[in-house]
Amino acid sequence: MNVIELERASKTYPGGLQALREVTLTIGQGELVAVCGPSGSGKSTMLHLMGTLDRPSEGRVRLLGHDMVTLSDRRLSAVRAHWIGFVFQQFFLTPHLTAVDNVAARLLYLGVPARRRAAAAREALERVGLGNRLTHRPHELSGGERQRVAIARALVARPVVLFADEPTGNLDTASGAGIFDILWKLHEEGTTVVVITHNTDLAEAVPRRVDLLDGRLQ
Amino acid sequence: MIPAPARLSAWDLVAVGLAGLRARRGRAVLSALGVAIGIASMVAVLGISAVSGAGLQEQLARVGTNVLTVGPGHSILGSEASLPLESVARVSHIPGVVGATAIGYVNGATARRTDLIDPAITNGVGVAAARLDLLATLKGTVRSGTFLNAATARYPAVVLGTYAADRFGIDRPGRQIFVAGRWMTVIGILDPLPLAPDLDAAALVGWPYAERELGFDGHPTTVYERSTDDRVTTIAKALAATANPEHPDQVQVSRPSDALTAELAARAAFNGLFLGLGAVALLVGGIGIANVMVISVLERRQEIGLRRSLGATRGQIRLQFVVEAVALSLCGGVTGTIVGLAASLLFAFAQGWPLALPAQVITLGVTAAVLVGVVSGLYPARRAAALTPTEALATR
Ligand SMILES: Nc1ncnc2c1ncn2[C@@H]1O[C@H](COP(=O)(O)OP(=O)(O)O)[C@@H](O)[C@H]1O
Ligand SMILES: [Mg+2]
Repeated sequence: MNVIELERASKTYPGGLQALREVTLTIGQGELVAVCGPSGSGKSTMLHLMGTLDRPSEGRVRLLGHDMVTLSDRRLSAVRAHWIGFVFQQFFLTPHLTAVDNVAARLLYLGVPARRRAAAAREALERVGLGNRLTHRPHELSGGERQRVAIARALVARPVVLFADEPTGNLDTASGAGIFDILWKLHEEGTTVVVITHNTDLAEAVPRRVDLLDGRLQ
Repeated sequence: MIPAPARLSAWDLVAVGLAGLRARRGRAVLSALGVAIGIASMVAVLGISAVSGAGLQEQLARVGTNVLTVGPGHSILGSEASLPLESVARVSHIPGVVGATAIGYVNGATARRTDLIDPAITNGVGVAAARLDLLATLKGTVRSGTFLNAATARYPAVVLGTYAADRFGIDRPGRQIFVAGRWMTVIGILDPLPLAPDLDAAALVGWPYAERELGFDGHPTTVYERSTDDRVTTIAKALAATANPEHPDQVQVSRPSDALTAELAARAAFNGLFLGLGAVALLVGGIGIANVMVISVLERRQEIGLRRSLGATRGQIRLQFVVEAVALSLCGGVTGTIVGLAASLLFAFAQGWPLALPAQVITLGVTAAVLVGVVSGLYPARRAAALTPTEALATR
């Protein structure tokens, strides 16, 4: 089954800048896809459309065969809560919360009762190799560890697809490699992963690579 | 199936709101302070009014509202009139009257602490002859010592009103003071007399002694009568003519408990002013909270974006910020209510009034805080909810 379908999806930002031009793309269950392209080519824009963070100006976006364009803002929020996991370049962890609480916050909007959240969060942190950092706060963690907390937060809800927007952009090579290892492992376990990256080694290695230039697929 | 948004439990909402406040503790305390001051002043005003009202009401209940006084009015010539000798006896025969008594000021007499003090400086303490049943009729009490009795009323013995005693610096019987040109022994000090406040500043001597030794003419200055409650209005109409049949127009009849009742009413009007001031303080506190919340929304755009990306709906974001504002305001409100109540209880304690917790005032304080929180949180919360996820996340 196709997890994501973009059909002639375009995005024009207010002010007239066309960041994405008639992109048609299908991603199937369990794929690992690298999105490449120079800065400003529309990679993040495309990721936002696929992840229902934004709507296309024209064209269709379908997740699991359902049209996303016609959904209300409320429904889109629920789609993000249940189906989608995001990992951002800047981690976006809450500073005063422990790793467990940062991950558990993800489950709030899924309606998981409080008593079950911490256990699920611990399990997710163990999956990304942070079983020994459960009660650390972000400032007590290295950059790579912070990004792994963010990945655990994306995973804990068992999403249909994981989107990572330059997850290693703020990390040194070694930590970055660690992050890619985790993404590979998730792919091998069957998770659909879409990752934006400038890392040529990874881009060469992944089964599927998508290149963008000036908002068009190459 | 496309999923539906989950409902957040009330507990989760509160937890998220409080977490937002904990992260910015100093600022939270300062903005809650504004509300605390407003609520504290309003609660204190209402609380003091409630306990003092209760105090006055208790006093009224104790002394009763069925006492009437007959005092000298002014004669046509302007000189102060006095009442006929037999006025007390006549008043006591009116049907329904259960007690009638009188005092008579001794013309030109002064009470001084010692003979060394200039007679011109009397500290406002006049000398009055008192009937023995005065205290019982007015339901007065002695603070220390005893009131006049049949024996002491014939001797140079004096009972001081509470104000007179304070003026002389006397707090227990036994001392000699200089009254109307001779030394007399203080045998008692009275508590305040709510129905005859002018006697608080008087030195009371026995009626027979005053007539025999001080040149008192025996004419009452004021007659006090207590009746059954249902007869008060009827008696009030007949009282002037009974006390002074020849010159009923030179007599003034009044109901001293009216002054206490009026004080209760006056207090309510006075409260309005302070309540208004408290409301202004509360308004300023509310604006402070709105301000802090607006800044908070600006600073936390990334957090908002993140929560949207995790699946929070606009409504959930809005609710989060309203809950935060209400929590802030409620912190201030609860603190303010406690401070205000403490102030009013302290006041009641100092005045010797009954310590009553005014439940309505507590409810009002807390409700006002919640309202202020909701109103001041609404605008910032709407701004937070209006951000699209990508706008919010794009913030640097
Ligand atoms: N919210 C926005 N409003 C206006 N222009 C935007 C917005 N977001 C991105 N852009 C512009 O759209 C183009 C594509 O941006 P983006 O998708 O972020 O590229 P990439 O992620 O490949 O670097 C860029 O020129 C960028 O400046
Ligand atoms: Mg980008």
